[in-house]
Amino acid sequence: MTSTEEVARLSHERREYKYGFVTDIEQEFASPGLDEGTVRFISAKKQEPEWLLEWRLKALRKWQEMTEPTWVFLPYGHPPIDYQAISYYAAPKQAPKSLEEVDPKILETYEKLGIPLSETRALLGIEGGPETPAEARRAVAVDAVFDSVSVKTTFQEELKKAGVIFCSMSEAVREHPELVRQYLGSVVPYSDNFFATLNSAVFSDGSFVYVPKGVKCPMELSTYFRINARNTGQFERTLIVADEGAEVSYLEGCTAPVRDEHQLHAAVVELVAMKGAYIKYSTIQNWYPGDETGKGGIYNFVTKRGICKGDDSRISWTQVETGSAITWKYPSVVLQGDRSKGEFYSVALTNLRQQADTGTKMIHIGRDTKSTIVSKGISAGEGQNTYRGLVQMNKGAHRAHNYTQCDSILIGDKCGAHTFPYVDIRNPTATAEHEASTTKIAEDQLFYCTARGISEEDAVSLLVNGFCKQVFSELPMEFAVEANKLLAVSLEGSVG
Amino acid sequence: MRMKGNGSMSPVPLLEIRNLHVRLEDEPSVEILKGIDLKIMPGEVHSIMGPNGSGKSTLAQVLAGKEDYEIVEGQILFKGQDLSDLGPDERANSGIFLAFQYPVEIPGVSAMQFLKAAVNAKRAFEGQGELDAGALLRHFRAKALQINVPFEMLKRNVNEGFSGGEKKRFEIFQMAVLDSVLGILDESDSGLDIDALRIVSEGVNSMRDGTRSFLLITHYQRLLNYIVPDRVHVLIGGRIVKSGGKDLALELEEHGYAPFGVNESAVASA
Amino acid sequence: MTSVMDQPVGILTHEPAPAPAWVQAFRTRARDGLSGLPTVRDEAWRFTNIAPLVGTNFVTESASQRQVTPGDVAELRVPELDAAVLVFVDGQYNPGLSDTRNLGAGVVCTTMEAAFERHAQLVQAHLGAASAEHDDPFTRLNDAMLSAGVFLYVPDGVATARPIEILSIATRTAEPVAAHPRNLIVVGKGAGATVLEHYVALDHGVVYLNNAVTELIAGDGSRVEHYLLERESEQAFNISTLAIRQGAEAVVHSHTVLLGGAIVRNNVVPVLAGERGHCLINGLYVGHGDQHLDNAMRVRHAAAQCESRQYYKGIMNDRSRGVFTGRIIVDKGAQKTDAIQTNRNMLLSDEARVNARPQLEIFADDVRCTHGATTGRVDDEAVFYFMSRGLSEPVARAMLVYAFAAEGFDRMELVPVRRLLAQEMIDKLPMARGLSIEV
Repeated sequence: MTSTEEVARLSHERREYKYGFVTDIEQEFASPGLDEGTVRFISAKKQEPEWLLEWRLKALRKWQEMTEPTWVFLPYGHPPIDYQAISYYAAPKQAPKSLEEVDPKILETYEKLGIPLSETRALLGIEGGPETPAEARRAVAVDAVFDSVSVKTTFQEELKKAGVIFCSMSEAVREHPELVRQYLGSVVPYSDNFFATLNSAVFSDGSFVYVPKGVKCPMELSTYFRINARNTGQFERTLIVADEGAEVSYLEGCTAPVRDEHQLHAAVVELVAMKGAYIKYSTIQNWYPGDETGKGGIYNFVTKRGICKGDDSRISWTQVETGSAITWKYPSVVLQGDRSKGEFYSVALTNLRQQADTGTKMIHIGRDTKSTIVSKGISAGEGQNTYRGLVQMNKGAHRAHNYTQCDSILIGDKCGAHTFPYVDIRNPTATAEHEASTTKIAEDQLFYCTARGISEEDAVSLLVNGFCKQVFSELPMEFAVEANKLLAVSLEGSVG
Repeated sequence: MRMKGNGSMSPVPLLEIRNLHVRLEDEPSVEILKGIDLKIMPGEVHSIMGPNGSGKSTLAQVLAGKEDYEIVEGQILFKGQDLSDLGPDERANSGIFLAFQYPVEIPGVSAMQFLKAAVNAKRAFEGQGELDAGALLRHFRAKALQINVPFEMLKRNVNEGFSGGEKKRFEIFQMAVLDSVLGILDESDSGLDIDALRIVSEGVNSMRDGTRSFLLITHYQRLLNYIVPDRVHVLIGGRIVKSGGKDLALELEEHGYAPFGVNESAVASA
Repeated sequence: MTSVMDQPVGILTHEPAPAPAWVQAFRTRARDGLSGLPTVRDEAWRFTNIAPLVGTNFVTESASQRQVTPGDVAELRVPELDAAVLVFVDGQYNPGLSDTRNLGAGVVCTTMEAAFERHAQLVQAHLGAASAEHDDPFTRLNDAMLSAGVFLYVPDGVATARPIEILSIATRTAEPVAAHPRNLIVVGKGAGATVLEHYVALDHGVVYLNNAVTELIAGDGSRVEHYLLERESEQAFNISTLAIRQGAEAVVHSHTVLLGGAIVRNNVVPVLAGERGHCLINGLYVGHGDQHLDNAMRVRHAAAQCESRQYYKGIMNDRSRGVFTGRIIVDKGAQKTDAIQTNRNMLLSDEARVNARPQLEIFADDVRCTHGATTGRVDDEAVFYFMSRGLSEPVARAMLVYAFAAEGFDRMELVPVRRLLAQEMIDKLPMARGLSIEV
């Protein structure tokens, strides 16, 4: 619960993007541009097997035939992206082997971000601890990705005891090639879409998780993505497989330094849930959003998809999207197993001149499958916020059910809120309900708060938090607190 | 009033329930009714009282023929005939009426149209021809007067936008219009203020004529101040744990369900 | 966005009738802007494939195999409705079957061609004012073919004495006819009108195309009620567009009912251009067989304090497919907008399909906009409720399906139209046959 005092305290924090610093370390870059040579360079750097190189090259050739999608709703548009001006690989020069070998500057970076990599201090608490509930101080295993490479994965030993594999994608390719080969591209094929295909060709690193049959992962797993280098793109690839009856909760967080030019982030996440498995995937995305004139900021073009392959499996996506200049992202679930469940809980906030086009797809194939979509959009400043979603009930999806709720609020008269859902029903026993509303913050609520002495800005923040509660309650505790705080900071300057 | 059957005063119960065991079709592991025995003679008013989750509403729905339930064991006899093969419509046409706890709103169908269809369905079941419009209207007006519902209600869509009290009154009015012989009132008192409760009760009392019977399902005793029952049964955990005269209701009012080992607050929050 | 088709638009190769220079110029402008007909790659036409239409060789005129009589007209028009009627047979105006008398002082009700000559100024002032809002190839095609249709002008402060029914009758012709009816309705300040567009076929199984555009200019404080009753042959193509531009405090109600046709697309494009306007769009589509019924509604709130309501309902049986796209756009500055949109669909068979796209595009902050879409079948609770009152299951279901459709009838002011639709509904829904319905 966010107390008014907490909101008041937060409003005293600086309103600038506080993760905008640059870490000055020696880095190794691929020279800008993308051709077969680039792909071979990346693959060689990572000492990959031949099959993976071939897969990358197939993707590259496909990508060269594709064009950037134009259907995304971006009222401000964006300058064309020069894919040949981007460097597709950046890594700290020294490859770390253990925590002691990680460049102290990188460690410092993660400390500043509030992501301690040192296992002894891996309690992901919020600064000024007293408000943090004790149960939030759980151990969280972290995989930290710095530009193109994973710099450190914590708690690996403990996880190993439980039989859980949690490592960087590069390591997984080396250590568990059979698993990677079996599942890589099985949910998001290399030819899926422009950005996913680009990722397939040049992906640098990311996280890999395998939870064996019947294992409930003993701790939260998390990846922290950081773009540091200038003129680079980040193309990570994450693959999570939960075998029969397994359960895992995975969190990701993202930040980037303030740069005047745009940077590209085109990630792919694939989730596979076998019979009775449960994967919970939470994201807090706080990439640099650019400034109020729209200068700089990350282009966040991400493909995330999960498949409920087995009966009674469940995949739940929760996202809090506050950063990026442009967000283009539709975490989806293919409900193949009978009685499987898909969930999507989203808060997307656009302030400044941010543009977000985000939502989900729920593809019902199996019988008695259920999906729930709760999307909360907040538009402030000159932000443009779009929900786009698809609910599809195939012929065999007997008694499938979807419930969708999409609410938007607008703060100020220069922003926009848009809702574009698609519903496609091909089975008469399937039901789908969609509700959406767009309003401004209720005057009476605002007045009630200010009449109790809360400043207007804090009242807005308070009410917005209330508006998002349904989604925040889906986040693991420590992330929920962070999300609350992030929202308050992202909203600053929006009232007035 | 019409009496079906051979017309003699034979002691055949109007409703007889024998060792009734019921479970949910979708959740066969949970037995909701675990052996109910109940006998209601013509003209009698019985009340089933019980805490939340005791199976009261299930009993009402099973009597009306809801398909979601499966009878595992036992029998329901209505005028001596086994009901098990009859659909909800046939039961209604035979004279069973369920006043719903939550009457369904049907936009697009006027109450008039709805009742006309229901009355004529019953007449067809009894081998009679349809009533002409004039006769129907006279019938509706007479019943509206008897049950004290405004005739205007018939021009609105079925239950659409009705207040809680209006919905319950409309249910009783339907029973009068259909001339049913057994009225099962499922929590007809819930959510009503004193005035609405009185109007509903008066409507029911106006139909008591020595042959028509009622089964009142309720959590609270207060309805029974207005409609005085002949017998009161306490239903807990799917079984009738005690039966008695109308004083049993007063006992429950005073001591609650605690003497039967029920923690009310725990059940209510379950 | 309009994609370019390689083959020329066959329909355009036919020259429309000669007309004054300014009309020719209007046509030419439209033709120059038309690059081809849409395909499913166009977002706006994603769920409607017009290939069968494109593959048909249409002509603009073809001899009818029969003479339409006053008796036929009496049979086909809305029964028991005292309305003026303008009859078009296979796209051509038939004055002998029409009656435009007694409409009120100063009311002009004539054909478009006649208006080009006699009311050129009025037509020029309004033509294209509303339809320009609709960026769609079929609307441009209609512009390019502009000739037949109705011009209605109601002066300030006048209400038409009776409704006006535009009855388009299709007959069996030697070759498939493509008609591009164009109606321009100008209702002055504080004026009132009721207009029905009524598409019917005299013969079954006839292939033809109606590509109609109706522009409705509703002046400040006017009240207009519009009906579109689409009861075409089930082999026909019907594409219709209603473009509305309404002024301050104008009240416009439009009811669209799609029953016939093989491939049908209905566009309703209202712009609330003056403050405190009110717009109600009431849609119903009932499909069976292989019918494809597509509804595209796009309301734009361009001024503050307006209210709009859109209620669309679909019932799809057999292998039919229903499509609904509804977009509410709130412009910057259109504060205190109050917009509500619902789309409810019922599927009655395993092969029927529904696509729904309810959309909001909002650029003002002080608004209240909601939309809801549901798809399902008859509510089991309601069926049980009906059965517990003695109705058999088929009757219970029939009544509920009928009721689902009929809910929107209550919003229609013309009782004869309600009666006609009730009867149509019972004829079209096999399970509802035998229901006695009172409207």
